[in-house]
Amino acid sequence: MALLTISDLSLGYDSRIIVEGLNFTVNEGDYLCIVGENGSGKSTLMRTLLHLQEPLGGQIRMGDGLAKNEIGYLPQQNAIQKDFPASVREVVLSGCQARCGWHPFYSREQKKLAMDNMRRMGIDNLARRCYSELSGGQQQRVLLARALCATQRILLLDEPVTGLDPKVTMEMYDCIANLNREGVTIIMISHDIAAAVQYASHILHIGSSVFFGTKEDYLASPEGRLFLPQDGQEQLERATEGGDAK
Amino acid sequence: MIDKLALYLQYSFVQYALIVGMLIALCSALLGVTLVLKRFSFIGDGLSHVAFATMAIAAVLNLSNNMYLVMPLTILCAVILFRTKTKARGDAVLAMLSVTALAFGYLFMNIFSSSSNVSGDVCSTLFGSTSILTLKKEDVILCAALSVVVVVVFILFYNKIFAVTFDEDFAKAAGTRVNCYNLVISVVIAVIIVLAMNLVGSLLISALVIFPALTAMRIFRSFLSVTVCAAIVSVFCALLGMLVSITMGTPVGSTIVAVDAIVYALTVCVTAVVGGRR
Repeated sequence: MALLTISDLSLGYDSRIIVEGLNFTVNEGDYLCIVGENGSGKSTLMRTLLHLQEPLGGQIRMGDGLAKNEIGYLPQQNAIQKDFPASVREVVLSGCQARCGWHPFYSREQKKLAMDNMRRMGIDNLARRCYSELSGGQQQRVLLARALCATQRILLLDEPVTGLDPKVTMEMYDCIANLNREGVTIIMISHDIAAAVQYASHILHIGSSVFFGTKEDYLASPEGRLFLPQDGQEQLERATEGGDAK
Repeated sequence: MIDKLALYLQYSFVQYALIVGMLIALCSALLGVTLVLKRFSFIGDGLSHVAFATMAIAAVLNLSNNMYLVMPLTILCAVILFRTKTKARGDAVLAMLSVTALAFGYLFMNIFSSSSNVSGDVCSTLFGSTSILTLKKEDVILCAALSVVVVVVFILFYNKIFAVTFDEDFAKAAGTRVNCYNLVISVVIAVIIVLAMNLVGSLLISALVIFPALTAMRIFRSFLSVTVCAAIVSVFCALLGMLVSITMGTPVGSTIVAVDAIVYALTVCVTAVVGGRR
């Protein structure tokens, strides 16, 4: 059974439908990239998957014993965080919040989990630093560590490389790919179709036409050809060489 | 000067005033950090005007203890404000609410009040005046009890308050009961506002909430240290302000706020100099 099964989903705000008839599945270990133009409903889809807003129709089924809140989320930076006085450790620990229930404080295991995830993201040396003073790439790693505290199974990433320079962008993609290899299911919203076809196993393209399938099928599809007119074939070859052509 | 202070400190009403003042300053600073970070600084102001209006209504109705009316109504308004804040134009709604409450409060006091000194009453509700020195023992006990409740609630919910302040969407997606904790925050803020009205009056409450948090954020860079520092700064300023006010005979509320403002200004200067040297 799939982790997530989305059937006949309609998305939008206040009964204004942006996307309808969306069907796709996410299996354990998948790396799904959601691509599409601005305003095509990518962020709305993500908010709906996170239960931050209700779908207008259709349903989202969780399988394999995945709980409703067992989805880690890497949001885009919000304005509040720009000058927020919070240490890296405090931010990462707050990922354990949902595990606490009504318990007021973090347990020793949760503190250890936070520390482990900081190490995993290579930011344990920054634990005492102020989050808002870090570079963009470091901040994303902190938020990834926080998301990993909330879940080990599935991560939703909302444009994780926005505003990062090319080098840090590559590091971020590698980092996400590593997590995927370690067994974390990834769903990522991206503008960067070239990177999407390089790293993802599946592509969901939403917009005027909807496509869902494996990367290889996407590159052969009309939607894929539209976005990768010349080098689509070349991308396909590179991608099928085993992903080591980065 | 010292003699005068020592003489005053022997009186129980002065001791009560100091205890209550410091407790209120502590509570308002704790929640102030969250309010400033959530960009809700003006909620304190809006709510205090609502509290002023309800106090006017209580005065008109001749209630023996106006707390019983002021507290629930202010809490109700706080809950409504926090619910609607996500919609656009939250600041306009807040401004509208606060001036409306202020206007109606004054109107009620003027039309229905049986007191001979209406402008004196209004002035003391707005600026706190000397009411802190005329506290009765029951008031002190009620105030102290509520302060303790606020501090305990804050400590128990500290991690949750951090989570919903830093990133509400993430907390919600991870299954934190965000609405529930926002409700807790709004209720606690309403309680603090009503308590603080006794100390500094309704016009100056936002200073008590905002200044310590801003001062602490100048110096520290983690949530815990900012919160602790804000609490210490706030209690210190309130104590100093009250002592100055007693010895010099100045109004309590405005003296405390003046001390808060001066401490903030000094902090800005010192951190600018130290930061410039680095």
